[in-house]
Amino acid sequence: MARAAVPGRLIWRVATVAEARWETPSARTLVLDIPQWPGHLPGQHVDVRLTAPDGYSAQRSYSIASAWRDGGRVELTVQRVADGEVSSYLTDVLEPGQQLELRGPVGGWFVWRGTPAPVLLVAGGSGVVPLMAMIRARGDARGRQPFRLVHSVRTPQDTLYAAELARRVRDDPGLDVHIAYTRKTPDDWPQPPGRIGVATLNTHGWPPDFAPDVFVCGPTSFVEAAADILVALGHDASTIRTERFGGTA
Amino acid sequence: MSIISPGFGGRRRSSRPDLPPGQYLTHDFPVLSAGPTPRVPLERWSFAITDETGARTSWSWDELNALPQEDFTVDIHCVTKWSKLGTTWRGVPLDALFENVETTADFTMVHSYGGYTTNVPLEDLLDGKAWIAHTFDGEPLHPEHGGPARLVVPALYFWKSAKWVNGIEMLQQDEPGFWEEAGYHMYGDPWREQRYQGD
Ligand SMILES: Cc1cc2nc3c(=O)[nH]c(=O)nc-3n(C[C@H](O)[C@H](O)[C@H](O)COP(=O)(O)OP(=O)(O)OC[C@H]3O[C@@H](n4cnc5c(N)ncnc54)[C@H](O)[C@@H]3O)c2cc1C
Repeated sequence: MARAAVPGRLIWRVATVAEARWETPSARTLVLDIPQWPGHLPGQHVDVRLTAPDGYSAQRSYSIASAWRDGGRVELTVQRVADGEVSSYLTDVLEPGQQLELRGPVGGWFVWRGTPAPVLLVAGGSGVVPLMAMIRARGDARGRQPFRLVHSVRTPQDTLYAAELARRVRDDPGLDVHIAYTRKTPDDWPQPPGRIGVATLNTHGWPPDFAPDVFVCGPTSFVEAAADILVALGHDASTIRTERFGGTA
Repeated sequence: MSIISPGFGGRRRSSRPDLPPGQYLTHDFPVLSAGPTPRVPLERWSFAITDETGARTSWSWDELNALPQEDFTVDIHCVTKWSKLGTTWRGVPLDALFENVETTADFTMVHSYGGYTTNVPLEDLLDGKAWIAHTFDGEPLHPEHGGPARLVVPALYFWKSAKWVNGIEMLQQDEPGFWEEAGYHMYGDPWREQRYQGD
């Protein structure tokens, strides 16, 4: 497993964009070189700070998408938010070779520590980013914990990490992925588009008596709805960890 | 020395004197919490202050509502960078709750339904600086925002304003609560950007 992140004072670090790749037409992964990165746990995030030439600055939080390997790079996946101040700069303007400031890793609650319990991951849109770090960490460690991801996306085009998830479902034993399309499904899809409901999480989650660790992440309204359903299905609220990205989409 | 981002103009939503540094203005009411929203029926609701000797003073929902109520308008600042200005609430000032509590302790741990905790120095709760609020914008406080009742301490980052509050424990020594344990600042002054440990 990843080396534990070192708690203590969080300093601003300079990260250099080593690579950038489009995951979907509106989401881009930034691969960052960060000298002396202390390592991170899957689920943690960083705060990114941008500064304009006249000194104005803005900060936002971004989950870490990559699992940590010593000496490795840190990846963030940013979904462009229409009219967004920071996200649109990170997706559309920033280029490899440029630098930005960040600090972290932040967060000791919404993390998966490699424990043996089954895990249920529930993602809305870019909420899949920290959950992907968990899937990647499990894959790197050849973990056998039963993992299920229920991922709500608008259309097939918006599915982050689609190819890698398909490969991991094939190669990582015990990983299941269910995609729920809210606006448009692939051709020949068995269900019509729709939001995640009781039936989705009942069918594609784990029964409460398996006592899974549950991680729910996405826009606020999505997280509220999904967590309420899980409680209604009988999951113990103390086993459900949530991360709300803000926004209502 | 900060790194300049060429081509980054920013929207300067935050160039206002009533916004603490690094905050931006929002008009909706974002929800941030660590788990699902607890739903607490009013007939089972209670709130207690426990002093350093272990003595408890507690209030039922009806008893809370029988105390003097105040309408107050405050600015709130979340550590995730949004601020909301001029929010209007109704609730009981903590001065009313502490009226008959005798304590020499300077620190408190605030407790919530669902197990959340956060530490706040006693002096930041008294003298009209904090309330147990049950009404937001003229409506009963929605469970997502901490209803039936939450603490409101506007001078500190909003994670200190515990939702679903059910008690305050007096402490002789400061101890970290839920987020403080996870690396957030022990005090949390938005004007000094005390977000994380060591800020
Ligand atoms: C702990 C944490 C982790 C996060 N991780 C990621 C991540 O891995 N990838 C990622 O893309 N984002 C992530 N976010 C969201 C991110 O921090 C920003 O909120 C988002 O990029 C929008 O910022 P902006 O400056 O572009 O938009 P802003 O200029 O702040 O806002 C523009 C408009 O978009 C709305 N809005 C703000 N945030 C969102 C949102 N998340 N979804 C929809 N609408 C929104 C606002 O209400 C506003 O109307 C995370 C947030 C948190 C708190």
